[in-house]
Amino acid sequence: MNIQQLHQLHTYLWTLPRAADEKRAEVLLYGSMPLLQSMDDKVLEQIANVAALPGLVGAAMTMPDAHWGYGFPIGGVAAFDAEQGGVISAGGVGFDISCGIRCLRSNLNLDDAAPHLNQLADRLFKTIPAGVGEEGNINLNPQQLDQVLEGGAQWAVKQGYGDIADLEYVEENGRVSGAVPENVSELAKKRQHGEMGTLGSGNHYLEVQVVDHIYDSTAAQAFGLQKGQLVISIHCGSRGLGHQIGTDYLVTLARTASRLGIHLPDRELACAPVKSPEGQQYIGAMKAAINCALANRQILAHLTRTTFTEVYPHATLETLFDVSHNTCKEEMHEVDGKPRLLHVHRKGATRAFAPGHPKLPAQYRAVGQPVIIGGSMGTGSYILAGNSGNQAFASSSHGAGRAMSRNQALKRWHGRALIDELRQQGILIRTRSMRGAAEEAPGAYKDVDEVAVVTEQAGLARRVAFLRPKVCIKG
Amino acid sequence: MNSSYFEHDADIGIIGQGITIEQSFEDAARAVFAIITHLEAVEPNIAVTIEFEESDPELALVVWLNLILGKSRELGMVFSRFHVQRHGDQWHATAFGEKWHDGMERGVEVKGATLTMLAVKQIGPIWESRCVVDV
Repeated sequence: MNIQQLHQLHTYLWTLPRAADEKRAEVLLYGSMPLLQSMDDKVLEQIANVAALPGLVGAAMTMPDAHWGYGFPIGGVAAFDAEQGGVISAGGVGFDISCGIRCLRSNLNLDDAAPHLNQLADRLFKTIPAGVGEEGNINLNPQQLDQVLEGGAQWAVKQGYGDIADLEYVEENGRVSGAVPENVSELAKKRQHGEMGTLGSGNHYLEVQVVDHIYDSTAAQAFGLQKGQLVISIHCGSRGLGHQIGTDYLVTLARTASRLGIHLPDRELACAPVKSPEGQQYIGAMKAAINCALANRQILAHLTRTTFTEVYPHATLETLFDVSHNTCKEEMHEVDGKPRLLHVHRKGATRAFAPGHPKLPAQYRAVGQPVIIGGSMGTGSYILAGNSGNQAFASSSHGAGRAMSRNQALKRWHGRALIDELRQQGILIRTRSMRGAAEEAPGAYKDVDEVAVVTEQAGLARRVAFLRPKVCIKG
Repeated sequence: MNSSYFEHDADIGIIGQGITIEQSFEDAARAVFAIITHLEAVEPNIAVTIEFEESDPELALVVWLNLILGKSRELGMVFSRFHVQRHGDQWHATAFGEKWHDGMERGVEVKGATLTMLAVKQIGPIWESRCVVDV
């Protein structure tokens, strides 16, 4: 990105000045100079387009890990007021609706677990369906799938996948209300065939990690984390169903926008007023996809637990937190001193409630919401905590963000050699796809340390712990 | 035939070319499935028919790719050959392939076609269909 066109507000916050005839809201970009310089110019173009959508409240924003997405940039945050003609945008949610991370903390430490990590990696790879062409063992009839779409992780727990105690640590207690399975197309439902309880491919993963460093001992204690402890992160979303909902409603909402005279500089910005029939239809379908993703991660958490206890009979895995990073949520935020109900789009951005927020579990209320920044399979991940004073509608970074395209990565790395190299570093990779491994090479991602530091320095969230990968199951 | 691609930060841009719009759709489908597996190793011994209605050629490309990806998922199959016919707004297609089995190369899952960088246009004698697919 050419940062000459930006105006620096402070070290980690930048704005894009408006031309005299430009009718859009403010654009704010969180990031360091190196991170912004590494971004494609498309990020700036896309967030400026978002700032022109009706009913936007405050500024359209990008997080430090932003990169070029679909309509909205990945790492984009935008809040809309339905009472002021605010819109809901399928592009602002993304295709993998409610993609997110479930983090589990174990009672194992690395020293004790190390002798059996190879066995654990093999068992996890056998148990967790991952990658293209792999199906889960859960086959649902149409009525059962509708129950998933209404019940989310709560449905999964009722079926015996996991424990009711998990739900307190899942956003919305594992189920969003207002899901309307009837608003989900038959094609979308068919695409979920065999996909419940599967990890998927691309940047999705299941990783066994060790707590390598603690930055904030008070928050770490509240999150139940200590140095040397094993934790597990599961990154996936609403699979084929969510993608098809996104595709279906992009077309519907684009036509609605055209009918209502909403200018869309990019078709992927397809949106409709929240209060319009089409907007409401999409919201009902999107919430169904959120529940699908929450159920999926609940099932995967259960499969992970089962596998761990096969290898380590005394292992216990508790849910630390489950947070989505592709959503639109109705939330109360204070704007100019007054509370307002907003539709907050977070596309590749994590919610980061500050300490004291009433929606946080009691155990975390004093320190803030766990925020998970997933890194690449070779570098590491961070757990942060929500900050008071976050000015980005309680939003934060969600990952390292790609630094180079998949095609560029394929030219530079070979899957087998990369896996061998990571094994030398003590990281066990299990995958059926050598192409996928090469595309996901750690060097294809931005510096996750830089993203986490800048996230903290920008006041979005504060670092609690750094997690180093030990086992990675990739699709 | 080697498939063609273009750059996207997070995902993959696919390009299909042909002397008719239908052939460019067939080539675009091959480009998609070449991401998923090694096409030469897929036996085209099961035919699956797909029909849809769409007047906008660009939206038709997205619908076409998402329908075959949906069929692939629904039937547990991977496709390697495609035949597309168009009669006005009506599109009739057949995809040929086989069920996934252990010997097949596992590439990367394509979740769906998107409207990003979407274009269907004639360049001289060649039709070109392109979009970004989400992986």
